[in-house]
Amino acid sequence: MTQSRNSDIFCRTVALAALSVSTLASPALADVVTYVSGAPAKDIQVLKDIVKPWEEATGHTLEFTAMPASTTDSFGQYRLWLAAGNSDIDIYETDVIWAPQLADHFVDLSDAAADVAGTHFPSIIESQTVDGKLVALPLFTDAPALYYRKDLLEKHGAEVPATWEQLTATAQQIQTAERAAGHEDLWGFVWQGNAYEGLTCDGLEWVKSFGGGQIVEPDGTISVNNPHAVAALELAKTWIGTISPEGVLAYQEEDSRGVWQTGNAVFMRNWPYAYSLGDSDDSAVKGKFGVVPLPSGGSSDSSAATLGGWNLAVSKYSKNTEAAVSLALFLTSPEAQKRRALELSRLPTIVSLYDDADIDAQQPIIPKWKDIFLQAVPRPSAPTKSKYNEVSAKFWSAVHDTLSGNGSAAENLELLEIELEEIKGNGW
Amino acid sequence: MIAKEQQRPLASRETARGKVFDFRRQKLRTARVFLAPMILVLLCVAAWPLARTIYFSFTNTSLNDLYGGQWVGFDNYLNWRTLSSGRVIYRGTLVDPDWWNAVWNTFRFAIISVGFETVLGLMIALVLNAEFRGRGLVRAAILVPWAIPTIVSARLWGWMLHDQFGIINDMLLKLGLISEKIAWTASPDTAMIAVLIVDIWKTTPFMALLCLAGLQMIPRDIYEAARVDGVHPIKVFFYITLPLIRPALMVAVIFRLLDAMRIFDLIYVLTPNSTQTKTMSVIARENLIDFDKFAYGSAQSTLLFVIISLSVLLYIWLGRVDLTGERDR
Repeated sequence: MTQSRNSDIFCRTVALAALSVSTLASPALADVVTYVSGAPAKDIQVLKDIVKPWEEATGHTLEFTAMPASTTDSFGQYRLWLAAGNSDIDIYETDVIWAPQLADHFVDLSDAAADVAGTHFPSIIESQTVDGKLVALPLFTDAPALYYRKDLLEKHGAEVPATWEQLTATAQQIQTAERAAGHEDLWGFVWQGNAYEGLTCDGLEWVKSFGGGQIVEPDGTISVNNPHAVAALELAKTWIGTISPEGVLAYQEEDSRGVWQTGNAVFMRNWPYAYSLGDSDDSAVKGKFGVVPLPSGGSSDSSAATLGGWNLAVSKYSKNTEAAVSLALFLTSPEAQKRRALELSRLPTIVSLYDDADIDAQQPIIPKWKDIFLQAVPRPSAPTKSKYNEVSAKFWSAVHDTLSGNGSAAENLELLEIELEEIKGNGW
Repeated sequence: MIAKEQQRPLASRETARGKVFDFRRQKLRTARVFLAPMILVLLCVAAWPLARTIYFSFTNTSLNDLYGGQWVGFDNYLNWRTLSSGRVIYRGTLVDPDWWNAVWNTFRFAIISVGFETVLGLMIALVLNAEFRGRGLVRAAILVPWAIPTIVSARLWGWMLHDQFGIINDMLLKLGLISEKIAWTASPDTAMIAVLIVDIWKTTPFMALLCLAGLQMIPRDIYEAARVDGVHPIKVFFYITLPLIRPALMVAVIFRLLDAMRIFDLIYVLTPNSTQTKTMSVIARENLIDFDKFAYGSAQSTLLFVIISLSVLLYIWLGRVDLTGERDR
C-alpha cells in the first residue's frame, strides 16, 4: 500500500515537474507581456479590464501570472527567478521596500518615464530610485490609518484619540463598559503583532510617533536604541491581554480585520483596503466607523504612518522590454490609476488625482487619506539596501519579544542595536 | 542466496556450478542495467545539488550573483578577527545563537513528535489488526490526515487554532476546560505545542500503517500457543508482538526521524518567524532567500545534512547493538 502510494506521489511529482518545466521553457512570444503579481482577485479582474485599450492600441497582449498573497512568499520566488535570469516574466509588481534589494535585475526606467515621473509624489519616486536608477514605476500607494467605531465612541461620550495614551484609556473604558453590558467578545484595539514584515510597520509607527526615529536613519545611523523608542514599546506591551487579545501577537492584516469587521473591536490599525471591505453589505460595522491618522505618543505631537504601496518593474532579462515598458507606463498613467481608485479604493500616486471630482464623489475617503499619506514614514529599506530584510527581521523579533514579555523594551532594543551594528559592519 | 547454494548436495552443485555462475553474472548485469537510470537520476537530483550546496557554503556567493562567489574557506562556519583592543570576535554559523536555537527546536520537535506518533501509531495499528466489521473502511478513513497536503492541513489547523474565531478555543471554552481563549500559535508557550499537535495528527496514520504491516507479518499460531499457555495479554504484547514487529518499527521510526528533522512546510505556514518553533530548514531558507546571505544559508544547509546523517547513523548503530543483544539471548 505504501509502495503504491509512494509511486503515485512520485508519478504526480514527475508530472508536475514536467508541467512546470514545459511552462517555464516555452518561449514568450514577442507580443505577449507576462505580468506577475500577488494581488487579490478583484484587483486582477480590474487589471484585465483596464489593460484593454493598451492591447488594442499596441497589438500586444497581457498574460497574467498569479502569486501568493503573502509578500514574503512572492519575494522569495521573485528573487529565485531573477537570480536565475528568467526571461519568461516581463513585469514584476514590487513592494515599495524591494527596490534596493532587487535593483540589479530591473531595467532603468528614468528615461522612459522622464515626462511623467514629476507627476507622482516625489517621496515615492525617491523610494524607487536606487543610485540614480529608477527601478520601478508607482502603481498605487498605501498608508495605514486608525479605524474607530463612531457609534461606540458616541455612546460612551469619548473623543477620537489623538495620542496613544488617550487611545489606551478610551479603549479600556469602552471595552470594560461594553463587556459589563454583555458584549463579552469586544476588544479595545486590534493591530498586526505577528512576527513578520507587518510588525515592522506597526512598530516603526509607534517608535516614530513617540519621536524615537525610524530604526535606521536615512544617512545610515542606527538610531533605534533611545528612550522614546523604549517608551513606545513599553506602552504597546501594556495592551497585550488588556485592550488587545493575546492572540494579536499572531495577527496579520486579515486577522485583525476579521475581529474588526465582525464588530468586535473599538479601534483597528489597518491599510485602506479594509475601508471598502468594512463598508460592504455583509459587514457588521457598515456605516458605523470612521478613519483618522494614527495617534502620536509621549512628548511628540506628530503621528506616523508607514509608507506602503506597489510598483511596476521591468525585468532586465525580459525579451520584450519595449512592450513591457510601454505597459508599465500605461498601467501607472493617470487614467489607469483613477480607475483603480474608483473601483478598488487604491490610493493614487499622482498628486493631481487627489483633487479629482469623480474620485471625490465616489470614493470620498481617498482625498481624506492624503493627509495620512503625507505623514507617511518610509521603512529603512533605502539606507540598509540588500540587508533590509535582515534588519527588518531583527527589528520585528525585538518588538515581538518585548510584546510577548521576553525581556524588557530597554534590554531588547540595546541588544537590537548591537545586532544591527554587526549586520552593518563597515557600512550598509 | 549463497547460503542456499551451499546447502545443496555436493554432486548437483558440481554439475550446476558453471551454469549457476553464468546465470548469476547475467542477473547482476541485468540488475545494473535496470539500476542505471535510477542512479543517474539520483546523481542529477540529489548528489549534484548537494555538492553545489556544500561548495557554495565555502564561498561568499549571493543570490544576486550566483556565479561570482569567491572561495572563503570556513568563514561561513566560523571566523574570527582580533580587534585593536585585543578582544577576539567570533562569527559564523557555529557561534550563531539563532542557529543553535534552531537545532535545539528541531531535535525537540523530532523527538517529541516521533515519540508520540510511534506510541499512538502502534496503538491504532493494534486496534486495526483486530477482526471487526467495517475494518477496511476504518483503515482507509484513518489515512485521511496523511493524504491531505501539509500546506492545506497547516492552513486548516491555523484557522481552527485561531484565538478569536477558532473552533478549538470555542469547544474548550464550552466544555469549561479553559477560562479564556488561548492564543495557540502566538503565545511563546504554546507555539511548539500547536505545531506538535498538527504534526502528530497528520503523521500518526503513517506510523499506524507501517506498524500494521509489521503486525500482519506475525504468524497467528504464536498467539494461539500463547493463549493455550495462558499468557497474560500484556505479556504477549511485550514478549511476542513488540520483538517481532521491532524491525518494521525501527524502519518506520527512521523514516519519521528523517522527515521530522527536516520539517519545514508545517512550521512555515503555521508559526512563521516564531523563535520557539524555527527549525534548521526554516532558518536556512530564511538566510538563503530572505536575507541575501546565500553562502551562509548554504553552510546551514550543509550542517543540516551532516546533523541528519549523523543522527540516522547513530540511530542505526544503537538499534543494531540492541538487536545483537536479542540474538545472543
